[in-house]
Amino acid sequence: MNIITCIKQVPASSNVKVDSNTGVLIRESNNVKMNPYDLYGLETAFQIKEMKESVDIHAVTMGPPSAKQVLEEALYMGADEATLVSDRRFAGADVLATSYTLSQLIDHISNYDMIICGKQTTDGDTAQVGPEIAEFLNIPHVPYVVDIIEINRDGIVVKSTYDTYDEIVSVKFPCLLTLDKGSQVPRLPSYKRKQIMKTHQIETITLDDLDDQNPNHYGLNGSPTQVEEIFPPDKRSDSIQIKGSNKEVTKEIMDILAKNRYL
Amino acid sequence: MGYIKINQKKVTQDLADELQDICPFNAFDYVDQYLSINAACKVCKICVNKGPEGICEFIEETQVQINKKDYKGIAVYIEQKDNQAHKVGWELIGKAKELALKTEEPVYAIVIGNDVMKIAEEALNYGIDKVFVYQNKAYRNFNVENYTNVIEAFYRKYKVNIILVGGTMLGRSFAPRIAARLRTGLTADCTKLDIKENGDLLQIRPAFGGNIMAKIHTPNNRPQLATIRYKMFDAPPKIKRFGEIVEEPTDDIIIKTTIELLDTIHQPKVKDINDAEIIIAVGRAFKKQSDLDLIKPLQKRLNAEIACTRPLIENGWFDPRKQIGLSGRTVKPKLIINLGISGAVQYIEGMKESELIITVNHDSSNKLFDISHYAIHGDIYDILPELNKQLEVLEQ
Ligand SMILES: Cc1cc2nc3c(=O)[nH]c(=O)nc-3n(C[C@H](O)[C@H](O)[C@H](O)COP(=O)(O)OP(=O)(O)OC[C@H]3O[C@@H](n4cnc5c(N)ncnc54)[C@H](O)[C@@H]3O)c2cc1C
Ligand SMILES: Cc1cc2nc3c(=O)[nH]c(=O)nc-3n(C[C@H](O)[C@H](O)[C@H](O)COP(=O)(O)OP(=O)(O)OC[C@H]3O[C@@H](n4cnc5c(N)ncnc54)[C@H](O)[C@@H]3O)c2cc1C
Repeated sequence: MNIITCIKQVPASSNVKVDSNTGVLIRESNNVKMNPYDLYGLETAFQIKEMKESVDIHAVTMGPPSAKQVLEEALYMGADEATLVSDRRFAGADVLATSYTLSQLIDHISNYDMIICGKQTTDGDTAQVGPEIAEFLNIPHVPYVVDIIEINRDGIVVKSTYDTYDEIVSVKFPCLLTLDKGSQVPRLPSYKRKQIMKTHQIETITLDDLDDQNPNHYGLNGSPTQVEEIFPPDKRSDSIQIKGSNKEVTKEIMDILAKNRYL
Repeated sequence: MGYIKINQKKVTQDLADELQDICPFNAFDYVDQYLSINAACKVCKICVNKGPEGICEFIEETQVQINKKDYKGIAVYIEQKDNQAHKVGWELIGKAKELALKTEEPVYAIVIGNDVMKIAEEALNYGIDKVFVYQNKAYRNFNVENYTNVIEAFYRKYKVNIILVGGTMLGRSFAPRIAARLRTGLTADCTKLDIKENGDLLQIRPAFGGNIMAKIHTPNNRPQLATIRYKMFDAPPKIKRFGEIVEEPTDDIIIKTTIELLDTIHQPKVKDINDAEIIIAVGRAFKKQSDLDLIKPLQKRLNAEIACTRPLIENGWFDPRKQIGLSGRTVKPKLIINLGISGAVQYIEGMKESELIITVNHDSSNKLFDISHYAIHGDIYDILPELNKQLEVLEQ
């Protein structure tokens, strides 16, 4: 059985601010990490590998050359193969172009039964890439998976979690799952695997390797949505500040509640 | 459409450092005195607009332009489960009507299911032009493959300008499928929408977990697709109906799926904070679970619902359905009292539309004060006991 896991490198902290004067993003640091939900995705793939014989796990990411780092991490955790898809012509990709590029990469890899994505990332935060990849590949997807219940020869039974209910769903291969946080505890990269995989080649694929080579389908040109502007969330200018002794401010709270007819 | 060009002649180490500093996406590489842009670039143009002058330039490339006049109408997808419409649909109708005033387009609703005429009737009460109904036994339960085929059929026939989808868990899984099928853009979780005269939708959404807002548009693709969370907008008043119901044939729409719903397990009901009118929200200032008892007298007096920030869910103190915020519930109560919450934007996005916001915190730099009507500077461990005392006096 062949599983492809899609992983993304994201800023280590989403604690960014926008300087309201200059409109420039201020970051706590330039550190990066693997998107947390992708750790659940990988862990789920590893658990399937432990449950079944001959499971092959192939981690893929689209990003700049430095995104190789998350692929190494995946290899040291337990992935068998890793591929980076990277090209300057992918710059400015929105969800549609990102998903299309990843689906082209997956077509290029060609041999898969299941694709695993995280539910969403902590930077773009759209939660759309998984379903869009599935649509481009013309395969079904099941979102918000928290548990694998059963794996059969031609399909899988999973549990998905929604607001007020859970669903038990069966789906045939090939399919795509998006993973939510369930009971999986993501493992750490192991020293032993690092020694084994250290020399493992991470393949880099560019637009020239893909089936569809029309540059207008990738990057900014292939992106229907464009970020026109980024700015800080709004502030209220009329906030009333209440300071004083403990008794005084408490009295004020009582007064505010009374004035608004809550007491 | 276009790309960013670098004027290499002017690049120095200092300027390269400056550009690397302002780029939010680490997209600049400076190697052997050559500055290049890597695939991390999102073409956000900060380097062009805010970077050192004359280095980065945006080169516009022209593309075949679509004729925007050919696409008319704002359609709202009405999500239903067990033949009950989700209320977010009505809220989106309200927004769609507001937008349509500016562009003079019709407003439509789309209902998919089996035996869903009642929902279509209900939709007309909100004053829209048409409700398109797709009924089939196969549509009884939501199925992403079959439902996507329906929306595709709808769009091919009616060529609408905009389709709005509620950002519920189902909607967030459904809308991207539609977007990829129709090869168009989709903006997730918009908190604000506006429209230009030419029909271009302006979409504002939080990103980076809500720490920044992004204004996004879809300049050359139709339909324009957006998801919007529940409780972001108000449902419009019901008015005298004037629209009509159009029942669409489904015979030609392919029904085929390999997804099978085996079982639905309902989680035990907890009162939903979504619809609460008065909320006391608690944050990490509470050192231990038993300290929550301090809020009981006020809760009782106000008949309030208790809600919390995400760390308290992670502690296991509350049911996840009590979490306010981007990854929790959006609330819009008449009154919310925040106790010891720092106001991460993920939290604020979930409650900023509340009518009256009172916040207690001992750190005056907390971000929640900025959006509060009343910013109470103080320690909850001092104020709550005092408040309980004063409440007791009031009772007597
Ligand atoms: C401020 C801002 C706002 C944006 N808003 C929008 C918007 O509303 N609509 C839009 O179309 N684009 C938007 N974009 C662009 C969008 O974030 C990026 O195009 C990104 O590629 C989409 O991924 P995401 O981070 O949202 O992923 P999600 O859809 O949240 O990711 C889900 C899963 O998909 C997989 N995945 C995602 N990206 C990759 C990758 N590069 N490589 C491998 N696997 C991956 C992972 O498994 C991940 O867990 C925005 C960008 C910015 C900077
Ligand atoms: C992708 C993503 C999604 C997220 N979604 C959500 C979400 O939906 N909802 C959510 O809540 N969070 C969410 N978070 C987490 C969020 O970033 C914050 O970490 C969280 O909201 C902080 O909770 P808090 O305010 O309770 O805690 P803290 O940030 O620790 O704040 C505690 C506050 O209490 C004050 N305080 C401490 N002691 C006292 C005292 N004795 N008296 C008075 N004041 C005191 C402190 O000054 C401080 O301001 C998300 C994060 C990410 C990355």
